[in-house]
Amino acid sequence: MNLPYAPSRIEAVEREVPVNKALLLGLYRQMLAIRRIEEASAKAYAQGKIGGFLHLGIGQEAVCVGAVGALRPEDYVVATYREHGHAYAKGMTARSILAELYGKKTGCSKGLGGSMHLFDAEKNFLGGYGIVGGHVPLAAGVAYKCKYLGEKRVTLCFFGDGAANIGGFFEGVALAALWKLPIVFICENNLYSMGTPLYRSLSVEDVSMKALAFGIARDRFDGEDVLRVRARLAEAVERARETCEPTLIEVRTYRFRGHSMSDPGQYRTKDEVEEWKKRDPLSIARRRLVEEADADEGELRQIELGVKAELEDAIRFADESPPADEYLPFTIKE
Amino acid sequence: MPTMNIIQAVNDALRLEMRRDPRVVILGEDVAKFGGVFRATSGLVDEFGPDRVMDTPLAEAGIIGAAIGMALYGLRPVPEIQFADFIFPAFDQIVNELAKFRYRSGGQYPAPVVIRTPYGGGIRGGHYHSQSPEALFIHTPGLKVVVPSDPYEAKGLLLSCIRQNDPVLFLEPKRIYRASKGEVPEGDYTIPLGKARVVREGTQVTVIAWGSMLHTALEGVDKAAELGISCEVIDLRTLMPFDVETMVESVKKTGRAVIVQEAPRTCGFAAELSATISERAMAWLEAPVERLCGFDTPFPYTLEHEYMPNGDRVLSTIQKTLDW
Ligand SMILES: Cc1ncc(C[n+]2csc(CCOP(=O)(O)OP(=O)(O)O)c2C)c(N)n1
Ligand SMILES: [Mg+2]
Repeated sequence: MNLPYAPSRIEAVEREVPVNKALLLGLYRQMLAIRRIEEASAKAYAQGKIGGFLHLGIGQEAVCVGAVGALRPEDYVVATYREHGHAYAKGMTARSILAELYGKKTGCSKGLGGSMHLFDAEKNFLGGYGIVGGHVPLAAGVAYKCKYLGEKRVTLCFFGDGAANIGGFFEGVALAALWKLPIVFICENNLYSMGTPLYRSLSVEDVSMKALAFGIARDRFDGEDVLRVRARLAEAVERARETCEPTLIEVRTYRFRGHSMSDPGQYRTKDEVEEWKKRDPLSIARRRLVEEADADEGELRQIELGVKAELEDAIRFADESPPADEYLPFTIKE
Repeated sequence: MPTMNIIQAVNDALRLEMRRDPRVVILGEDVAKFGGVFRATSGLVDEFGPDRVMDTPLAEAGIIGAAIGMALYGLRPVPEIQFADFIFPAFDQIVNELAKFRYRSGGQYPAPVVIRTPYGGGIRGGHYHSQSPEALFIHTPGLKVVVPSDPYEAKGLLLSCIRQNDPVLFLEPKRIYRASKGEVPEGDYTIPLGKARVVREGTQVTVIAWGSMLHTALEGVDKAAELGISCEVIDLRTLMPFDVETMVESVKKTGRAVIVQEAPRTCGFAAELSATISERAMAWLEAPVERLCGFDTPFPYTLEHEYMPNGDRVLSTIQKTLDW
């Protein structure tokens, strides 16, 4: 006997997102600041001021800014090692982020962590994670806590297309679905897992399809327009907050730089990268501001100058701060 | 003889063995087209094709689990885990399946999987790219654990690993991946597993190390030599099963032992070596066995230079045993 297939859960539909000028100005400013933070870190890395492995989110800014923009301050964000933008969008300052990357005492994690270790308990930003997929069950646990305490807070968990292959991802989503947790899983599908393109890493390239197996809501869309990201996330966030229904979202995006600073990215053609740069989320937001919201050059210039000053201050702060100086206590001293 | 670094020597060993033995296959993240994050498998897919050099999805438990299945019926998989820090999603497969397969099947199913993975600090990699987890695996009966310290060692040891029937964790010291260079024979040669190597003969203190710490130990020993102190230096090479005899015989001669290990101190492998020396050579010891280790802290990002054992600390530990 053939058994019937389970019906698919809620699937979002595309609709026009009209420009709200004040909102878009704010989001544009955030994206711009994030891009400048990434550029400043790349430079500092080249100068040896930042060590370790540095993963930049240049090109993907609309995803973190749009998604986090759909949250309230009391909501939680759990991110990956490509998390500088997410931290900033959640309200952390350029100062505390850059100082952390520099390994300075004034960094958000006292300089003990560095690039993959941004935490801010006050801003409810629960860190970067360097072990791919390991953070997904942990995010489910945070969401459980919210439900348990009746808090009406949402947890937003970011991950990459590569992470959609590892056990931790499946186990985390399975628990969230089973326990009906107030959580949104968002896959930043930038088409590559390090040097591996999607078609060599996923048998089905639509990551949101995995939601069907867990019986949870799903959504899937292009991530270059920050307003669209924000609007679509808002639906999922509301569903999580009001009815404790998890959603699995796949957003298509692209990183303009290599996987990390040590990756020259030779597995992609120049043409491919150039093609994607035409869909730069910053240019799109700027164009929409001018064309659809009558923003004038002076207004935008003002924002750009503000960001420039903010970054100059943050870089100076990171440069001048004292280095990290704390260890966990050794149990045995030499 | 060509001069190679460790990466080239590993690549050379893999190429040689894949030509010799069609059962050898490689799998891992970005090992084929990309040639591995450190380029250790560079060019192999071009020569041997995608059925023998496989890019996998990001799924460590899948990689190791599948390698076990391949090995049960005669393939000789050499999976790569990008960094030792990322091996833990596969820890269950390694500890509960791979290590125990031959034993619990009454010898019917040997599982000759050789897991290659770069380990260790000294590259400013921070928490997730610096750990030295050897003790966790040495403490897993059924596994062999091998650590080369230079290109010659890397090629000879890796070939031995692939040709024997037990599962092996082959830890490659990434700090000296490119920095350690030396002559490596072009053709086939092997270095026996389970045999340590006396790198330098001496009379007053035995200094024991492995992997990149061998070079740190030698730095300290050179400084000691300038002060007229004569040290014998042992490269352990195989950590499990380790060469008790070479180590104990040396300590019986010198009467003192210093073990240099990068991993945190407590429950590190140095503790096991220290216990073994104490049990076997108590009557010959002139001073307690000393351990120079990393600290009991998550691997530090900013304070790495303080954490890593260095030549000066090796020297002062040597002096400590002499002053006791
Ligand atoms: C468990 C684990 N395996 C491997 C790695 C090495 N690694 C770091 S990021 C990465 C690719 C992940 O790609 P994806 O999830 O698509 O995220 P993206 O980097 O594209 O943002 C790999 C293989 C790791 N950090 N953790
Ligand atoms: Mg990706």
